[in-house]
Amino acid sequence: MRIDRRQVMFGAGAAALLFPQSALGSQAFTDSGGRKVMLPDRVEKIFASGGPAAVVVYVMRPDAMIGWPRAIRAEEASYLLPEVRDLPKLGMLSGRGDTANVEVVLRTRPDLIVDFGSVRPTYISLADAVQNRTGIPYVLIDGRFEATADSLRTLGKILGVPERGEMLARYTEDLFDRLDRALSAIPENERPRVYLARGPNGLETGLRGSINTEILERAGGRNVADAGGQRRGIVQISPEQILVWNPDIIVTWDRNFHARIQARADPVWASVKAVQEGRVYLAPTAPFGWIDRPPSVNRLIGLAWLASLFHGDRFPFDFRQETRKFYKLFYHVDLVEAELDTLLTWADGRPPGAPNPR
Amino acid sequence: MKADRTFWIVPLLVLLTVVAAAVGLRTGAYPLTLDGAINALGQLWSGGVAQTAEERVLLDIRGPRVLAGLLVGAALAGAGVVYQGLFRNPLVSPDVLGVSAGAGLGAVIGIFLSLPALMIQVLAFTIGLATVALVYLIAVAVRGRDPTLVLVLGGVVVGALAGAAISLLKILADPYDQLPAITFWLLGSLASIRGTELWNVLPAVLLGLLPMVLLRWQVNVLSLGDEEAKALGVEAGRLRAIIIAAATLMTASVVAIAGVIGWVGLVIPHIARMLVGPNFERLLPAAMLIGASYLVLVDTLARSMARIEVPLGILTAVVGAPFFLWLLWRGRHGWS
Repeated sequence: MRIDRRQVMFGAGAAALLFPQSALGSQAFTDSGGRKVMLPDRVEKIFASGGPAAVVVYVMRPDAMIGWPRAIRAEEASYLLPEVRDLPKLGMLSGRGDTANVEVVLRTRPDLIVDFGSVRPTYISLADAVQNRTGIPYVLIDGRFEATADSLRTLGKILGVPERGEMLARYTEDLFDRLDRALSAIPENERPRVYLARGPNGLETGLRGSINTEILERAGGRNVADAGGQRRGIVQISPEQILVWNPDIIVTWDRNFHARIQARADPVWASVKAVQEGRVYLAPTAPFGWIDRPPSVNRLIGLAWLASLFHGDRFPFDFRQETRKFYKLFYHVDLVEAELDTLLTWADGRPPGAPNPR
Repeated sequence: MKADRTFWIVPLLVLLTVVAAAVGLRTGAYPLTLDGAINALGQLWSGGVAQTAEERVLLDIRGPRVLAGLLVGAALAGAGVVYQGLFRNPLVSPDVLGVSAGAGLGAVIGIFLSLPALMIQVLAFTIGLATVALVYLIAVAVRGRDPTLVLVLGGVVVGALAGAAISLLKILADPYDQLPAITFWLLGSLASIRGTELWNVLPAVLLGLLPMVLLRWQVNVLSLGDEEAKALGVEAGRLRAIIIAAATLMTASVVAIAGVIGWVGLVIPHIARMLVGPNFERLLPAAMLIGASYLVLVDTLARSMARIEVPLGILTAVVGAPFFLWLLWRGRHGWS
């Protein structure tokens, strides 16, 4: 992110005039929404506007976190730093399921509000509205998968940890490069046809082009739920449509649904190619989802995992080594063997809390 | 002459229902051949299990779904007729006593706790029944006023509370995981219906229907008003309790498997009343048959309009609301 010197000077002058005592500092920054934001000199406390933002803020500056959009569950806690596990639930801001109380946000005295996700006019105007009401600088960062590396660099700079941003961006670029190289040899029609099952009965999915399923295409799969790019978002599907699509692979993170179709109790699902060939995969969700939930940088580990599931030897993936590395780099935790085992058996279809298969 | 006309309407409606079911069975994403369909029926006849994809579509997916459409539509319309007669009010629908709001709350709790699909249905059914029971207890506790008025007001209040609880859970739910599931459930759908679910709720629906059929004469009398009913030797209070319990049982069981589907229980009874008049003996079967055909056709539309499912609650409202306005405009409700 290049900053124009004149902008800085003008910004600083304007800020000094308008907000002589406020937190708004002297560093001008243009966010992904094209909004000019005056950044504070030092960022000690950050309010994350929603789930995706909370993940990147934790990844970048766990020490500056002041809360979570929702409370951390017991099974997620051991994969996070001890000091953030018990942070309060503060809700979400600005249209992404607006549950945070602005006064509570103000009382926590954040230096900066970070929003990470899609950059649409709605969110730009909401960001302006929150910033005007609270006087706290609010930055909107592009959360699309393809923008991940750039966004990590940007965040590193504005959160005062440029080296960390650079390192994580390099990791991301390296992963994307390896993927591109592996995938370039695989023509479109040889890529597996994948269905992402959501909801308690597996009949919800994200259409091709939606943020919830972009990981499928990025990992070299073809999303069967393709409405020609006309619509996006999460939709409901009839079981008949599943039979018509007859996907090669089913991916889900819903344990109930996974257990039900693994048991082949349901004749409809049992006749789908993916189930018959045993290619139904359960994604771990600790501390954050591997393939979605929320759609943030937590999906990077799931991306590599999925690519190896989709393409086997063409995209080598050492589960233990890669998982350990990712959790260390992004989540600041050294996984012990038992925790790695939990994730490994989870990704193998046996989530924690589930009875062992007979 | 009038008696003759209405006499033929019910058999005609049976025919309509059969045609609607046939249309529903023929339409769908998976192409079916006539041979495949005949083979599938043969399998069903011999008690075999579906082998080919065609048999599976017909026996495990589309067949149960069409049957569910018939059952849900008939139950909602039947309950609507009973409620409208009982409360002597044309604007009443089966959810007036809070059964849908309660069932919705039950399902939302189930989704919020990430319970399996069957448990979500059980919770919807139980809390739906419990909500109406609570409303009824309130009405019993508040004596000395018009009992139907207290019931309706109690339903509004408890329904609003359940709605508030649903909103709270929506706020607390995981927006990337549970919130879409909640939204879809509250809009109603037959997408996930399987044969087993049908067998689970069929006894409850029949059990609810039984007192309506047995007490059809008394229900007629009750729709004249409490005083008149008393004069004719019908004890209004107890009868009302039985009929409310029966209609609630029917509604709660179908809402548990299909989600909240509005408008059917409100609009269909009016159409039936236009066709056969206010006599409950004819009105109940007519409304149930129209409701069954209507819901099967709307559901067929819901699953064939696009590759994705259009929630039923949206379609029933889009079709039902203008029709209701037309009824109002015509000003003929058959109430006089």
